[in-house]
Amino acid sequence: MVHYDIGNIGHLLVIISFVFSLAAAISYGLAANSKDPADSDRYRRLSRVLFFIHGAAVLGVVTTLFIIIHQHYFEYHYAFSHSSRSLPVHYMISCFWEGQEGSFLLWIFWHVILGIVLIFSNRKWEASVMFVFCLVQMFLTSMILGVVIPGLELKIGSSPFMLLRDVINAPIFLSNPEFVPTDGNGLNPLLQNYWMVIHPPTLFLGFALTLVPFAYCIAGLWKGEYTEWIRPALPWALFSALILGIGILMGAYWAYETLNFGGYWNWDPVENAVYVPWLVLVASYHTMITFKKSSLALKSSFILVIATFLLVLYSTFLTRSGVLGNASVHSFTDLGLSGQLLIYMLFFVLLAVILLVVKWKQIPTSDKEVSIYSREFWIFIGATVLCLMGFQVLAATSIPVYNVIAEAFGVILNMAIPADQIAYYSDIQIWFAMAIALLSGTGQFFFWQKMDKAKLAQALTLPLVFTLIISTVVMIAGDFESIRYLLLLICSIYAIVANASILINLLRKSPGLSGGSIAHIGIALMLVGILYSSGYSKVVSLNNSGLRLFKESNAEMDRENVLLWLNQPREMGEFTLVYKGPRKEIRGYNQLVNFYDLAPTKEPTRFVLRENLGTDGITAFAKGDTVTIYEENTYYEVEYFKGEEYAFTLYPRAQVNPDMGLIASPDIKHYINRDLYTHVSAVPDPNEELEWSEWEDMQVTMREQFFLNDFVATLDSIRPVKELEGVPLLADDFAVLAYITVKGSMEEYQLRPILLIKEGQTIPIPDRRPELGLRLVLTEIDPETGIFTFSVSTTQKEYIVLKAIEKPLINVLWIGTIVMVIGFIIAIRRRYNEFRKMRDKAVA
Amino acid sequence: MKPLHIVGIGVIAIAIIVIISMLGDASQYVTFDKAQQMAVNGNTNSIHVVGQLLKDPAGEVMGVRSTPDRTACYFVLVDENNQQQEVFLNEPMPADLIRSEQVVVIGKYKEDLFVADKVLLKCPSKYQEEEINVSANMR
Repeated sequence: MVHYDIGNIGHLLVIISFVFSLAAAISYGLAANSKDPADSDRYRRLSRVLFFIHGAAVLGVVTTLFIIIHQHYFEYHYAFSHSSRSLPVHYMISCFWEGQEGSFLLWIFWHVILGIVLIFSNRKWEASVMFVFCLVQMFLTSMILGVVIPGLELKIGSSPFMLLRDVINAPIFLSNPEFVPTDGNGLNPLLQNYWMVIHPPTLFLGFALTLVPFAYCIAGLWKGEYTEWIRPALPWALFSALILGIGILMGAYWAYETLNFGGYWNWDPVENAVYVPWLVLVASYHTMITFKKSSLALKSSFILVIATFLLVLYSTFLTRSGVLGNASVHSFTDLGLSGQLLIYMLFFVLLAVILLVVKWKQIPTSDKEVSIYSREFWIFIGATVLCLMGFQVLAATSIPVYNVIAEAFGVILNMAIPADQIAYYSDIQIWFAMAIALLSGTGQFFFWQKMDKAKLAQALTLPLVFTLIISTVVMIAGDFESIRYLLLLICSIYAIVANASILINLLRKSPGLSGGSIAHIGIALMLVGILYSSGYSKVVSLNNSGLRLFKESNAEMDRENVLLWLNQPREMGEFTLVYKGPRKEIRGYNQLVNFYDLAPTKEPTRFVLRENLGTDGITAFAKGDTVTIYEENTYYEVEYFKGEEYAFTLYPRAQVNPDMGLIASPDIKHYINRDLYTHVSAVPDPNEELEWSEWEDMQVTMREQFFLNDFVATLDSIRPVKELEGVPLLADDFAVLAYITVKGSMEEYQLRPILLIKEGQTIPIPDRRPELGLRLVLTEIDPETGIFTFSVSTTQKEYIVLKAIEKPLINVLWIGTIVMVIGFIIAIRRRYNEFRKMRDKAVA
Repeated sequence: MKPLHIVGIGVIAIAIIVIISMLGDASQYVTFDKAQQMAVNGNTNSIHVVGQLLKDPAGEVMGVRSTPDRTACYFVLVDENNQQQEVFLNEPMPADLIRSEQVVVIGKYKEDLFVADKVLLKCPSKYQEEEINVSANMR
């Protein structure tokens, strides 16, 4: 049965939220523009009501969509394409924002929450700030509007409440419009990860937060309060940078843990699209801190706050309009919203730029020359470096856009993003990173003290000496193949030492002000972590034997993967690896189970156990029990030995997905000073039937050694059996069991083929061991000669291809992240208190 | 405003360097013919070539093979000009290579072989899959 009502309610709520955001925008606009305080107040109160209705409608849309997903209403396209029945509830939350419409909705939702906080925390700025908010909400809700303008045939937005039959032209809908699929397509397995439950909301909160400083900035320009807007906007800008930063790093950590890209950062356009606004955002609050003393800082604050928000819009356009095409692995599919997204972006570009140009002359300026000994100067330089850093990334990420623009002018550019993205970006970013490290160290001295030449020399001496000592020690300890790496390391050490010396002073006097120096130490630690874990990351599974590309030439390539046959030890670096076989996860049992201990049933997720299952003598499941497994994941148990000694076991995971091929997820061995990162890069396709060879006869005598698929085997004995599972034996029937031992390289296997003679007929019952690539039957017994005839058929032995990468000092990156977060929190607290004091004095 | 002028000049200089490096490092979408010419002329930049896997008249993919140890693979790509080229990838064969509609190889020629550093696969669009799934659900 198709549930029409809920979709109609949802769609109606979307329309309501759109209409009321527009109404609230107009009303807030009138409130902000009104000269008469009583009038303004009346409009303001009306606007609040309108905004609350908008907010309630948005909450309603969110709830409705969630109900559709949760109740498995697969007649709706959104539920069908993003969810499935077997999905646990916490991942249903993820499929809520897997699609474009849902992620817009998440963004809108955060704006509603932020809007409510603003309304109740800052009355003075409410009207003008909320005007900007409501305009943005209007554009965002229009993206999910799904309304066709009659006459023009113009479709606005893509509604998440579309029925499947309206999206997909399947013939079934012609004959049966009421058809409801029994199950959905499910959530992309890569997103079935706990980081994916919290990463997108964090990132979108970060995006949403950039609107707050922007709204204050526009409001300041509009109302002619050119300096007053900064005080309330500053804590928000810091908070935004914190959340966006955490969101980026969560994404990085998710990529590191889940994807097989081999790292946490890939310079993918989607990553860049968040990184660039973050850099500019960080630059913006640095200049905002010093706005009071410097018109340079004030003007840069206007530009940078506006640029941050516009860059967020540009990122949205890049990732959602389909313009990236082949350039990215994970941009959204094109929903035909590119035109609408372009209008959204251009509207705010024009609004901001025109407003800024018109009011530019009125922004207070000072004729005082900026001294190079002033903190304003050095903060400005730092902000400039951050912007250049962003510019480099933006310039190359936009290459697909240049192609489109050129095409519009009739020129075919055929430009492609740099072939080695990682090298292209890293090679230049590293120099900027050095500058950032140096500035974040030195800038702090200017920040806390009035400087001149003599004082500067005095302040710098101690940190420089320490830096030299530490750097020398590090240089002696490790070998540096690249001068750039060495320079970055020295710069980072300097940043840590310099900021630490400032921090020690601050902690004594006023710990509340220590946020900046702590955050800077965090950033410097992150740089060290990135330097080592990426710069010195090395493929451990490297096989230097070299692969001849051609017989006749010397062109060689090193292999970066190793092939592991089941139970055949293989050396890799300092380890000896043994692949122990595929493992599965049983529902309601937190241990992995050998895939070969599971006998398939008719249902793909249900298996019968071939062995008892349990640990420490306690049987959790008995032989013959039927268990349900998580069908998607297969784990590949790999034991690591150091010399003869067992070291540890890793379980890299893979999903063979009909839509996406092999999806490998790494398993990582964490050491204090490094990670060993391993993932499978090829496995036999579990969905493919094994290809067995032709049966071949083999004649053996008792206790004779013979070869089975290259393994040494012996026929130990043959015994008659009285009972056979599932086969009633009558008086005349006769069954024998052959005991064969096969010596694998690690352990012995027992094969038990049965020869059954029932009602005069010979029925051989084979035994098979896929882990040996072997199956055999006993076909004939000759009692006179003592010769037993077996029929043998072989198949591919079980294998995996593994890649292993060592990431030195990656923990320093994660520690640095935590230190940075702590620094941010201290700084936000400080700036928020400053704002509150001002507001309560009724000045804000 | 003297120090600021110097900063301004510095910023412009760096921006120009950044743009030049971008133009220099930007890759190109070319055909195998062009790629081979570039290699002959000593241009060692990696380039992008778009193509499809070689298929026999029955539509079966031809010429895809793994090395014996399965850690690398070869396949034959047909570019827009219908030129066939054997491509080597120093990674195990991507699981969805065979079913891909379009393959983008990023790399360069080594003698007569195109050595790909990276392969981007475009698989049948989600839209078509959904259609198949709907009809599968019906049965």
